[in-house]
Amino acid sequence: MTRDRAQALARRGSLLSAVALLALAGVYVRALMFTPIERFQGPAQKIFYVHAPAAWSALLAFSVTGLLSALYLWLRDRRLDLVASSSAEVGLAFSCIMLTTGPMWAKPIWGTWWTWDARLTSTLFIFLLFVGYQVLRGAMTDPEVRARYCAVIGILGLVLVPFIHMTVYLFRTLHPDPVVMKPGAPSLPGDMLTTLLTSFGVFTLLYLGFLAQRYALAVLRDLKDEETSRAVS
Amino acid sequence: MAELLRAAMAIAGKDLAIEWRTKTAFVSSMTFAVLVLAVLFFARDPTAVGAVEVAPGALWVTFTFAAMIGLNRAFLLERENRAMDGILLSQVPPVAVFFGKLAANLVFVGTVELVSLPLFILFYDVPIGRGLPALALITVMATVAFVAVGTLLSSMVVRTRFAELMLPLLLLPFLVPPVVGAVQVTARILAERPLSEVQGWLKLLAAFDIVFVTLSTLLFEATLEE
Repeated sequence: MTRDRAQALARRGSLLSAVALLALAGVYVRALMFTPIERFQGPAQKIFYVHAPAAWSALLAFSVTGLLSALYLWLRDRRLDLVASSSAEVGLAFSCIMLTTGPMWAKPIWGTWWTWDARLTSTLFIFLLFVGYQVLRGAMTDPEVRARYCAVIGILGLVLVPFIHMTVYLFRTLHPDPVVMKPGAPSLPGDMLTTLLTSFGVFTLLYLGFLAQRYALAVLRDLKDEETSRAVS
Repeated sequence: MAELLRAAMAIAGKDLAIEWRTKTAFVSSMTFAVLVLAVLFFARDPTAVGAVEVAPGALWVTFTFAAMIGLNRAFLLERENRAMDGILLSQVPPVAVFFGKLAANLVFVGTVELVSLPLFILFYDVPIGRGLPALALITVMATVAFVAVGTLLSSMVVRTRFAELMLPLLLLPFLVPPVVGAVQVTARILAERPLSEVQGWLKLLAAFDIVFVTLSTLLFEATLEE
């Protein structure tokens, strides 16, 4: 990709992100003013309209990383590696939203900031694994080797998640959860469902916008590195 | 197949011979294991929690942390003088290299475990008699799991900056299923419960072994210099 096309992509990415952020503000106006308050959870439930879509975007991002990693090892196309790593970084941002809004909701509803349930534990570990992925990226200079190594971690991570989920599930069945309320979406009434689904859409757009920008940045960095190495040699 | 096995054995033999002559990694891992066992013994309130209650966790933290110290050694050896290039030039298939390294690591970690287990029984005064075969079985299953992933990861991290830092960071998430499973099963064994109670864990460990040994074998080639 040339510099101009990368810059054009970055601009389109920012535009998409801006639109999505505006829509996110819209979702919140709708969630706070026009969506009924949940009978049991009260206003705390409103955070779900950010939390669940952020979790969706994070897991979407990491799945994209895992799948593109496998494709990279097969096709060895450098662009696949750049998209995979960009997606991983965007996924980390969404994970931070998910991991901070979750406890805020859990404290009033579950009575505890954190509980080691299957979904929480697996998302925490996949977050930590992808932090490791980024650290590994930072510790390597050769782009080709870096791409291969990161692809290996991406694939391993994708396979690890169901195992961690199973582990915690088995762990919990031995020691019953003291928390009465279970995670998992109740069947929502129409108004809430519309708000939630809109928010899912908005977060997906946000993911795509961030990904486009991050990918363009990766391409520009790559071009710059190439220029530098050419100038040196 | 026989050729592949012979090459793998030659590589494992070479690694173990080097370790046998220097014993650096073994002595470090062993000392580390004793230290961890001792520190974890005191990491509790003795009036509230008995030593036997923390014993399964202590055992597995010791095993895995001591193993992690030794795992980087296998590929650090090959980095010096670019010895790995020599191995690959000798037409050994990558799969054989992986199996050789895996076998050497398994012998290394197995030896550390074999020596620290009696110390563990002694320090924590755990009642283990008839449970020993079951404990051996679960140790083998969990060890294969994390050594396979560890061998693959160490092949990569030795070529990065801060290799010693990077291995625990990347490997620890993969330790969750095998270590949690092993701790649960060990606790049941020490409580003299039948193995049928932990069938779920044994299945999970077996599945983890199969999936990750296969995956590590397949992915290993991607971690080599091309």
